[in-house]
Amino acid sequence: MSEQERFIADPAYRAFVSYIDKSREFYGAQGYERPYRWARNDESPFTPLTKPLSESRIGLVTTAVNLDLPDDTDTEKLPIASTFAAPSDPPPERLFTQNRSWDKEATHTNDVDSFFPIHRMQELVTQGKVGSLSPRYYGIPTEYSQRRTNEVDAPQLLALMREDDVDVAMLVPL
Amino acid sequence: MSLAARHLEANGIPTVICGSGRDIVEQAAVPRFLFTDFPLGNPIGKPYDAEMQRAITSMGLDLLESARFPRTTVQTPFSWGDDSWRPGFMRVDESNRELLRRAGEIRKKQQARRKTEGRVRPE
Repeated sequence: MSEQERFIADPAYRAFVSYIDKSREFYGAQGYERPYRWARNDESPFTPLTKPLSESRIGLVTTAVNLDLPDDTDTEKLPIASTFAAPSDPPPERLFTQNRSWDKEATHTNDVDSFFPIHRMQELVTQGKVGSLSPRYYGIPTEYSQRRTNEVDAPQLLALMREDDVDVAMLVPL
Repeated sequence: MSLAARHLEANGIPTVICGSGRDIVEQAAVPRFLFTDFPLGNPIGKPYDAEMQRAITSMGLDLLESARFPRTTVQTPFSWGDDSWRPGFMRVDESNRELLRRAGEIRKKQQARRKTEGRVRPE
């Protein structure tokens, strides 16, 4: 039995995928000697909802980029990454994802709602499950630097959401 | 993304993360996490499966309302079907080790060039 087959079939091995393990080994094989130090916390902040979801405005957040570019675009030519807000209406029919790490062999991102449920959320607003969708959706770059996420991108995202009176947020990393 | 959720939450905006990279999100410790055990790329459901996407989006909303404690993870009931993506993604073995080493050299050169040309985010 090959290692691959064993991984899938043998209950003596876990089926659960560890991306921390995988990326350490993958980038190690690429010659990056110091593995990435992932964020690790013992506690999380928590804010209970203050009003029913049916009366709340939701903001959607993606790690994709709001550019309608062909998949084979040279990612070296992309603009420098930044936090952004873009109109929810009309919803984007495509978002650029090729510069993000996702499983390009197993699947694709040609259907926006498979990774950014903007049409699905509109439907749930129509059904009354959630009050409204924020007039803008939001994007933050996947950052190597946790300091930059904490000190630049996350505060910018918060400010954009406050401008739009967002009550609750759904964040969908690729 | 996990760090952004923590920041929003600490500043009064309740959050839910919908994703497939379970160990990364849980280790960062987030308020609410809806996990779908799919290959990275489709955390809201399979492409063009609107029904599954609606179900997962709806479960994310339910989790926003129902969680009473931080670090609440809920797993959606969906299965990808074929499991070959599990060992396949970011695979490293003897068949591709040399290829990866060379890809790494190219990537490092690109990163260095971006830096010298100023095509990086300002500090």
